[in-house]
Amino acid sequence: MAQVIRPYGDSWGDGQVQLSFTLPLPAGPRAREAAKRLAAQMGLDNVQIVHSKDLQGFTFFILYGSCRHGVDVSALSHVDEEERSMSFEEINAFIEEQIGRRIVVVGACTGTDAHTVGLDAIMNMKGYQGEYGLERYPMFETYNLGSQVPNEALLQKAVEVHADAVLVSQVVTQKDIHIKNLTELVELAEAEGLRHRLIMVVGGPRIDRALAAELGFDAGFGPGTTARDVAAFLAREVARRLERGE
Amino acid sequence: MVNELLKVDHHKVARARELAKQIALDIQREIEQVTTVAIERTVARLFGIDGTDGAGVPLPNVIVDQVDQAGQLHRGLAFWLANAVVALGKTPQEVAEACAQGLSICALEAQDPIRIEQVMQDCTRRAFQTIARQRQRREELKAELGTGSEPLKYVIVASGNIFEDVKQAQAAARHGADIIAVIRTTAQSLLDYVPYGTTTEGFGGTYATQANFRLMREALDEVSVELGRYIQLVNYCSGLCMPEIAAMGALERLDMMLNDAMYGILFRDINMDRTFADQHFSRMINAYAGIIINTGEDNYLTTADAYEKAHTVLASNFINEQLALQAGLRRWQLGLGHAFELDPKMTNGFLYEVAMAQTIRQIFPDAPLKYMPPTKHMTGDIFLGHVQNAMFNLASVLTGQSIHLLGMLTEAIHTPHLSDRILSLENARYIMENARDLGREIAFRPDGIIQKRSEEIVRETVEFLEQVAAMGLKGAISAGLFADIKRSPAGGKGRDGVVKKGLDYVNPIMDALQRELASAPAGKGGSFDGTGN
Repeated sequence: MAQVIRPYGDSWGDGQVQLSFTLPLPAGPRAREAAKRLAAQMGLDNVQIVHSKDLQGFTFFILYGSCRHGVDVSALSHVDEEERSMSFEEINAFIEEQIGRRIVVVGACTGTDAHTVGLDAIMNMKGYQGEYGLERYPMFETYNLGSQVPNEALLQKAVEVHADAVLVSQVVTQKDIHIKNLTELVELAEAEGLRHRLIMVVGGPRIDRALAAELGFDAGFGPGTTARDVAAFLAREVARRLERGE
Repeated sequence: MVNELLKVDHHKVARARELAKQIALDIQREIEQVTTVAIERTVARLFGIDGTDGAGVPLPNVIVDQVDQAGQLHRGLAFWLANAVVALGKTPQEVAEACAQGLSICALEAQDPIRIEQVMQDCTRRAFQTIARQRQRREELKAELGTGSEPLKYVIVASGNIFEDVKQAQAAARHGADIIAVIRTTAQSLLDYVPYGTTTEGFGGTYATQANFRLMREALDEVSVELGRYIQLVNYCSGLCMPEIAAMGALERLDMMLNDAMYGILFRDINMDRTFADQHFSRMINAYAGIIINTGEDNYLTTADAYEKAHTVLASNFINEQLALQAGLRRWQLGLGHAFELDPKMTNGFLYEVAMAQTIRQIFPDAPLKYMPPTKHMTGDIFLGHVQNAMFNLASVLTGQSIHLLGMLTEAIHTPHLSDRILSLENARYIMENARDLGREIAFRPDGIIQKRSEEIVRETVEFLEQVAAMGLKGAISAGLFADIKRSPAGGKGRDGVVKKGLDYVNPIMDALQRELASAPAGKGGSFDGTGN
C-alpha cells in the first residue's frame, strides 16, 4: 500500500522546507522574482523569501516553501534498515567467535588527497568523538598509509599484508575528482584480480552507500560515521564471506 | 596593548625560550651545511629567470637540474650562471633559455672571477631593488589606508580559477574581510617546481604561480583604494618550493605567507634536512620583504587531542619563534599559530580555549598571532557549526588575537560558497563589535579554572621542551612528539634535492640577505618595520 510522505514542518503533510542559495543578480525586485520562480521550479508552493542580502552583484536568499512532491516509502523496501550497532566489546567478541583471527585492514587517502582527518578518525588509536579507532580494537590489524597514496601502492600493500579490506578516504571532491580516483581503484583491483578477495570501503563527507555501490565498492560511509560503524560492518562482512566460503 | 588577564610565570617562560633557542641552534648548525635544489632555483628566479621550456618545465628547474645532474650544485647555481653570463655575453634568462636548447653551462670555460663576482652582485642588487620597492609600496599603502582593526578577519578563496578567486576576494573585502588567502590546489606542496602563468583549473584550491599572485594583488589594490583599507594577501610558502614561493611573494608584494619550520615534515612527509634548509632561506626572504609569516601549529590539533596536546602547540610556537629570529625575522612578523579545536561536547571547553589563547597572547605580546577556527569537530550540521564559529569569534576578541581565520559553517562539506564567507564575516563582525572591549573589563579568578589551566599548559610546555632539547628536534620528530606523527630523518620526499655545500659554495642572495638583516635595526621604526603598529 502506498505510503506517501512529505517534509514535516510543524504539522503532518505541510511539506515545509527551508532553502538558501545565491543568485548572480544584483539585489532587487528582479532577483527576488527570479528566486521565487526558481523555487517554484524546484517544486515549492507558497514561497516566502524571509531574508535576502545584497552581495554586490549577487543576492543571497533564505526562503521557505511547501514542497508539492512526496515520496512513497512503501516503494523503498529494497533499502535495508541499518543493521543493529554493536559495542566495542561485542565487535571484538564477534570476530573472535565467528572469524577466529584478526581482520586485516589497510587504509589510505588516495590520489592527490592530503586530508587525513577522516581516515585518522576511523583508524587511529585515538579515534573520534569518544569512539576508539580500529587500531585500538584487539581483533583488527591495521595499516594506515596516510595521505596522497597512489592506488597502486594501496593495492600492493593490501596484497603484502593479506588484507581483508581496504579503506579509502576521499575528502577533496572538487570537480568530482574523487569519482575518477575511486573508479580507477576499482578498475585496478579488477585488473589485478584482487577485487573479489578484498572488501572495498570508501568514506568521506560526500560519500554515501548509493554512490559507493555505483562505483563498485562494497560499502560507503558518509558524515557522522564512527570507527564502530566501520568495524561492525567489516566484522559482519568478513563473517558473511566466510560462511559463503569465499 | 596586551591585557594581562592571567598570571604567567616569567621564569618558566624564560626557561622555555632558552630551551627553544638551544633546540633551534642545534638545527641551525646543520642547516648551514647544505643547500637544496629549491634554494638554488630561488637564486635563479631572483637573478631574473622565469618562464618554461618547450615541454612546460619551468626554466629555473631546467637550469638547476642540469647543474645538479652534472654534480656541480655544491658550488651554487649563482657561480655557474654568472660564469655563463660572462662567457656568452647573455642575460641569465637567455642563458636559461639556451640551457633548454641543450647548452651545458658546467662545460663552459672558467671566466675571470672578478667579472663573475660583478655579475652576481649586479643581479643581486636588481632583485633587492625590486623587493625593497615592493616593501616600501606596502608600507606606504598601509600608512595611507590603514589595515582594519584586530582581530583582522582572514578568509580563504579556493575556486581553482584565479579569475573567480579575484571576484570572490573582492566581494569578501567589500563585506569586511581584511586578509585574503588563496588556498593552493591539493598537493601543490609536493610538486618540486612552481607552475607558470595564470591558471583556471585546480582541486580544492588554485595554483600558486607568480602570475596568479600578481593578478590577485592588483585586484586587492583596486578594492583597497575603493574601501580605504589595505587588504592583505596570503599564500603558502610551504612544501617543496618554500623559498621559491617566498621569492615570488616578495616580488609580487604578498603580505603574509604560511611559513612553518616543521609543517612539511609532519603533514606532508617532506624530508627534514630539506625542510629545515628551505624554511631558513624562505624566512630570510620573507624577513627582508617585510612579509608576516603564519606558522602552522594549529594543525597539530587536527591529528592530536586538543586538550592533552595543547602544550605541544605552545612549545612549537617557541621553537618556530627562535628559528624565525635566527632567519632574521622580527617579532612583529611572527604570526604564530594556534587553534580553537577542543571538542564542543567538553564541559568548560570554552574556558580552556580562552586559557590557551590568552596564555599564548601574553607570552608573545608583539607577535601578530594567527588564530584558527574549529575544523576537526565541524560536522555537516551547518547550524551548529555557525555557533561553534561564534564561540571561536568570542574567544578571539576576548583574548586579543591578531590574525583571525574565519570559520566557515560549511567547513566539513566543501570549499566555501560565496554566501558562506559573507555569513562568516557577519558572524565575526557582530561578535567582535559587540564584545570589543570585553578583554579590558574582566579579570580571571586567581584560583579559577582558566588560571589553573594556563599554569598547567606552561608547565607542560617547559617539560616538553626539556624533553625535545635532550633528544634534539629531529629525534623528537622521529619519536612522534609533535602532532602524534612520526617521521624519520632519512625519510621523506625531496631528500634527493639536498646537496652538501662545497667549500667554494656561493650564494650572493643569501649573503646579501644576511648583511641586510644584520644591519637593519631590530626594533620598531627601522626599515623592517612594515606596519608601524
